[in-house]
Amino acid sequence: MPDGATPVLDVKNLKTVFGTRSGEVHAVNSVSFHLEPGELLGVVGESGSGKSVTMMSLLGLLPSPPAQVREGTVMLGGRDILKMNAEDLRHVRGREVGFVFQDPMTSLNPVFTVGFQIMEPLRAHMGMSKAQARARAQELLELVGIPDAGRRLDDYPHQFSGGMRQRVMIAIALACDPKVLIADEPTTALDVTIQAQILELVKELRKKLGMAIIWITHDLGVIAGIADRVMVMYGGQVVEQGPVRAVFADPAHPYTRALLRTMPKLHGERAAKLRVIEGQPPMLGRHPTSCPFADRCGHTHDRCRKENPQRRDIGAGHDVACHWDHRGAGA
Amino acid sequence: MTAKRPLVEVRDLKMHFPIYGGLMRRRVGSIKAVDGISFDIMEGETLGMVGESGCGKSTAGRAVLRLYDPTAGSVRIDGEDIGQMSAEALRRKRPTMQMVFQDPQASLNPRMTVAGIIGEPLDEHTNWSAKQKLDRIYELMDAVGLNRNFANRYPHAFSGGQRQRIGIARALALNPKFIVCDEPIAALDVSIQAQVVNLLEELQEKLGLTYLFISHDLSMVRHIADRVAVMYLGKIVELAPAQALYDNPRHPYTEALLSAVPEPDPSLEGKKQRIVLQGDVPSPANPPQGCNFCTRCPKVMDICKTVKPETVEVAPSHFVACHLINQDQTAGRTGGSKAEHFHTPNHQGEVA
Repeated sequence: MPDGATPVLDVKNLKTVFGTRSGEVHAVNSVSFHLEPGELLGVVGESGSGKSVTMMSLLGLLPSPPAQVREGTVMLGGRDILKMNAEDLRHVRGREVGFVFQDPMTSLNPVFTVGFQIMEPLRAHMGMSKAQARARAQELLELVGIPDAGRRLDDYPHQFSGGMRQRVMIAIALACDPKVLIADEPTTALDVTIQAQILELVKELRKKLGMAIIWITHDLGVIAGIADRVMVMYGGQVVEQGPVRAVFADPAHPYTRALLRTMPKLHGERAAKLRVIEGQPPMLGRHPTSCPFADRCGHTHDRCRKENPQRRDIGAGHDVACHWDHRGAGA
Repeated sequence: MTAKRPLVEVRDLKMHFPIYGGLMRRRVGSIKAVDGISFDIMEGETLGMVGESGCGKSTAGRAVLRLYDPTAGSVRIDGEDIGQMSAEALRRKRPTMQMVFQDPQASLNPRMTVAGIIGEPLDEHTNWSAKQKLDRIYELMDAVGLNRNFANRYPHAFSGGQRQRIGIARALALNPKFIVCDEPIAALDVSIQAQVVNLLEELQEKLGLTYLFISHDLSMVRHIADRVAVMYLGKIVELAPAQALYDNPRHPYTEALLSAVPEPDPSLEGKKQRIVLQGDVPSPANPPQGCNFCTRCPKVMDICKTVKPETVEVAPSHFVACHLINQDQTAGRTGGSKAEHFHTPNHQGEVA
């Protein structure tokens, strides 16, 4: 720990493998990260980079088989979640860790009222009576900015718009006052103006409630706006991690650099041609023995194909998994 | 800009979908998905069309190709009004206008091989021999960067970006002049998006294509489009050259939309004064009286709630439909240049 604070969540060497008919898929390879109290950690990566699977693995949300969390420890408040029995794990989910999923349409149950779904964790985990739970549910809906909360409790999910549904999801995740909130692409399905509303809401809630948040997204712009720290994933591994300003100002991994360059800008000079990252993301068939980005990287040399780089510290809480030294070269 | 002429002329296009209800399933209302839009697209130009989900941009794209029968208005492509054409005439016209769809998974038949998919337009519209068709298919696969050896594979064997290339090859098969790209990159990863956009630009240069590029990704539209139309609830609220629109947005909705886009720069994001719009887009079945944006507009005035704003040309080729502009103009100078349609002034003679 750079500043000596005890992390609320400390993940070490997490490895998740899926067994399929055509062999194993190594979706998460030795992922380590920690989350400090009250901080917002952004996790970026493309589809298949392992960002969602990592978070699902933490809470045992993956169906097993085919998924198997093979190695690693996940310490939450001094206990290893991966070693817990089903009953204890049930208590962690919802009570200590809240989860917001990407698609608010499919993650809410269409046949129950929104109020019922917010009251469910309150009654299960907090032992509240129906009346108490209802009062708290109304409070939560007000907290996430749903007007006329008392009446809306009796509405069904289809009576809410996409942005409002995502607010409901956040209310459910926050119901039991969790220490950690994991948000998996919570604004990807929303329009930009609605996304802006949700981002404002999250900033406000952080100020009020002070929980630690893991925010998964593929949108570097969203991360730039809300995260304290960012972790970049590629091919099931963490390739770069550091304070958000440091990573955006001086990205150390060729993938992060390429990703930032490939995005067209809203202001400034308009590039004649977009910079591209040639090729396709890697297949995760084998346990990696080379750098997963080697085939698409502009700085590949022999070592990259022989040895999967380990994360190395480059100062100020910024680390990178790459053999190439970005400080030696220019752009 | 000298010899350019409008390839596509859309005038007051309306696309209303009926709502049936009640015991007798009578028509009780309509969804005004597209409610009177006008624009031109010059030959070889890319017109970007942006807006949030439900604003009618995809419906507009489909109506322009007459994949829907528009409720009112006219669409002229290459001088011919396709809204009034007979089915047979329309069929003969189809090769000149094609479409690339959003979801490459859903728009490719999983039971057809790539060669079959790309060759289908040729089967339909030419009487070429099998050899000729195959040559053309290979030519197209080369053009979009697909390996010829994969011609007999099925769509599931390809990644998202490659599938989108198949869709583009199919659209190109009959040498079209005009292609509607409906969110062609929305389903793709960031690193793949740039590949597809570059391909579209290369093809445009090589083949002189004209695009209507529909997207909700404002930064990508800024990159690819020459001019940009911003839609809100079935109407175009602002239409301007890309540079002007992004540097100097005049409609409050465009302003809010641009300020809502998160940018990958933490120092910029920290300083940014974001305009956060309140509430949701109203239902297109029951749009507000007056300006469609009046329920969410941060600069709303009394007049906005009762009178629909006219479209005004505020600068050369920069059109805005907002009462704020009218006020500025009437205060500043008398008359004001009111424009009925979204076209550049030097073409007014041709279309009038």
